[in-house]
Amino acid sequence: MSDKYRVVIVGAGVVGSSIARVLSMYENFDITLVEKEPDVGWGASKANTSIVHPGHEEEPDVHPLRAKLCVKGNEMWRTWAKELEIPVTFPGELMVFTNDEEEKKAREYIKLARLNNVPGVRIIYQEELRVLEPNIAREAKGAVYAPTGGLISPFEAVIAVVENAVENGVKLMTETEVLGVKVSEGRVKGVETNRGFIEADIVINAAGLYSDKITHSAGVELNFQVKPRKGEYLLFDEDIPVKPTRVLHTTPTPITKGVYAITTVHGNVLIGPTAEDLPIEAKGDASTSVKGLDYVYQEASKLLREMPPRSRVIRTFAGLRPEPPGGHWLIKAYSDPWGFVNAAGIRSPGFTSAPAIAEYVANLISETFDIKLVKKTNWNPYRRDITRLNNRPLSEIDELIKKNPAYGEIVCYCKTVSKAEILEAVDRMIKTGIKTITLDGLKFRTYAGFGMCQGAFCRWRIAKIVSEKLGVPLYDVTVKRTKYGIGDVKTLWVERKG
Amino acid sequence: MKTLEYDTVVIGGGPAGIAAAIKATELGLKTILIENRDLLGGIPLQCVHTGFGLHYFKEDLTGTQFVTRLLDKLEKLRVEYLLKAHVHSIEYLDYDKKLVNVVTPQGVVRILTKTIIYTTGARERHLYEIGVVGDRPDGVYTAGEAQTLMDIYGIMPGREVVIIGSGDVGLIMARRFALEGAKVKAVIEILPYPGGLMRNVMQCLRDYNIPLLLGHTVVKVVGKKRVEKVIVAKVDENFKPIEGTEFEIPCDTVVLSVGLRPYLKVLEKLGIHIDPATGGPVVNEYLETNIPGVFVAGNALVVNDLVDYAVEQGELAAEGAKVFIENKGIPTKNWKLVEKGRNIRLVVPHAVSGERDVIIYARVANPERNVYVQIPELGFRLFSYGVRPAEMIWFKLRKDMFSKLGADVNKITLEVKPR
Repeated sequence: MSDKYRVVIVGAGVVGSSIARVLSMYENFDITLVEKEPDVGWGASKANTSIVHPGHEEEPDVHPLRAKLCVKGNEMWRTWAKELEIPVTFPGELMVFTNDEEEKKAREYIKLARLNNVPGVRIIYQEELRVLEPNIAREAKGAVYAPTGGLISPFEAVIAVVENAVENGVKLMTETEVLGVKVSEGRVKGVETNRGFIEADIVINAAGLYSDKITHSAGVELNFQVKPRKGEYLLFDEDIPVKPTRVLHTTPTPITKGVYAITTVHGNVLIGPTAEDLPIEAKGDASTSVKGLDYVYQEASKLLREMPPRSRVIRTFAGLRPEPPGGHWLIKAYSDPWGFVNAAGIRSPGFTSAPAIAEYVANLISETFDIKLVKKTNWNPYRRDITRLNNRPLSEIDELIKKNPAYGEIVCYCKTVSKAEILEAVDRMIKTGIKTITLDGLKFRTYAGFGMCQGAFCRWRIAKIVSEKLGVPLYDVTVKRTKYGIGDVKTLWVERKG
Repeated sequence: MKTLEYDTVVIGGGPAGIAAAIKATELGLKTILIENRDLLGGIPLQCVHTGFGLHYFKEDLTGTQFVTRLLDKLEKLRVEYLLKAHVHSIEYLDYDKKLVNVVTPQGVVRILTKTIIYTTGARERHLYEIGVVGDRPDGVYTAGEAQTLMDIYGIMPGREVVIIGSGDVGLIMARRFALEGAKVKAVIEILPYPGGLMRNVMQCLRDYNIPLLLGHTVVKVVGKKRVEKVIVAKVDENFKPIEGTEFEIPCDTVVLSVGLRPYLKVLEKLGIHIDPATGGPVVNEYLETNIPGVFVAGNALVVNDLVDYAVEQGELAAEGAKVFIENKGIPTKNWKLVEKGRNIRLVVPHAVSGERDVIIYARVANPERNVYVQIPELGFRLFSYGVRPAEMIWFKLRKDMFSKLGADVNKITLEVKPR
């Protein structure tokens, strides 16, 4: 046995993954990242508005940690995105107001921006607003402009962070659900999972929506409850005439929470979310509703001078965001039980703050458990993105094909994704430690199936590549959580007769 | 990257493309056919049912038999083709010079051509664009995907099936599922009449006791991991679900057959004009788009009921390419626009010359009995016992009909009138 601290991180969302990456910089830890889903980032980290918040919406006296870490996280993602080749842009955010009442409300955010040291935030009016956002709705009167507002590909960010963490020695275990934290003699001993017991000296709870259950099992914060808050979204095709150039946001008022209209880093128009508080038992209910989708469509029309037609919708989805009591993040390291750490109830702006939360947690661990952190000399900060054909000049595509003919076999027509990209994604998933190769996991890594046809053309082609690569029958390939088919027609006939 | 030169490049190796390539070769054009799969034939390859070729071959064939016949002819004529070839982009250099950039496993091939015949077919509409809400579980397939799985790869997607939409592919897949021992719980159609051909309603549903729920819609898909059930409701005259009429159908599989849309991604980037009614391009009687020398045929032009029409359009586009090359452009000077009159939802082509015979394809907006399909300007009138949106109206206008038309008349109107 080494003298390293054995660390188990519960939950491979953006928070858990970022903590894994930051801890992997140090010699002191032997880290296992545990995720109950088949892939990383499938909880709140995946289904959100994909914004890197500037940090001017957090009240520093009510939520000091949120205010501090959001601003810092916004800064850190710039570096992380470069190191890890994560698609990100920083077009700035416009919180749009249409009347005096909203303007008054909007002005309060200017104050918060000062208090939080968010750079460059100011009020802009008509002409300047129209220069900054040519596609703004006619009724827009002005906006709070926050130049540091950004957009990120959230699912790719988590994938990239985990790939890099694994490269630096972290072990990922998917489809591993933590049933409880084992505590004895005032210390954590490990976690009980559906795949057996994992010994640990330090257990970090980054279980998002389920982080209340985990902390209860460790015997602390017994009154802490995380409620699901649902957000519904409409995602449109890339080929829409009027697209937002900035992060557009209606001003949150006491009545409405504010809806965003953005152009994602992949070029799609995304509008949403709703903000619907669900009962605590409804943690599995990410269903969409006609009412919710109609609402966000209606609200977004206050932002854009021309709304994309509903017929250009390529996907509707909903995400469940964890909502802790009072909106307070629970980030704490415990000396009783020694070795337990909460990074629990991380609600918005959790994605933006994740890298900063991770650093904060590393310091907490060092201080609380009296561990002198020692940096690895060979820590690798870099991760290369998958080599893609999309948006690549023809001459380069030709060169790629000369090296590997699989680049010349196009599988997804909408997004120009080749067989080589699918195979690279499969290899990476295996290398990362993902137990089951899912078609959904490949979609998020390669963009195959992201287009107007939503996989009607390519899903079976990709399934076939996976089936050949893994040597399993086509029907045995996993879509998201279940198999693509129930079996071979002939075999099923024999079974039915028998 | 190597560059090749041709008179015409046919993009898409389904029935329309094969027919276009054959015809263009017969007309003496230097032709190449580009297909992105590893075999020619397109969608009919996975159609084991009959109903193909009644017009074109005057025989009732399966999809596979139908394309095999076309392919025999293609081989005999030694038409050139490229497989596993994906058209990445098209560059318009001049009216008779276009560069087609093709990605193949051998590298990028650039093809300089005078004309293009685009026959890439249609895509299937999916769950999200028709506004179905609820969970997003596994077990949802488009009808075409389910057909590929069953009839090409021999695998069963599921056991208890609900089919959304009564388009022809959906009806045919209902029967395929029933034949393979699945339980088809229902076919749900939002319209008050079936979306597919009447013969398919009879042969695929009635003969297998599969319920067809007209005037109903799936309002919600429910399932944690895999589909568990769908919630169905009656709809009012505006196709809105009527509250209180909801009921659930337990199932593990949802198959979508809610219509096709022409798939024209590469051409859209080139700036072709789209007709919102067909979802395909605006074309003249040679099936030429607003971009000179670019022709479109088959389901990429307009969603056809019959493969025979797609083949006919392919041949027509090839003739267009020939006329284009011989005359350095389509010679017609005075186009007459074809306008949509009473109860016409779509019509193709959008402009005719009156200089030669022309075939008109159209669909009505609503079913109607005992009607005339007519073009008043030409004194043309056709009696029909019934017209249905699911059944394409097909007729030929002879050149001599246009002689009655004054030289200053620049439009004709297609309409449906009660007798």
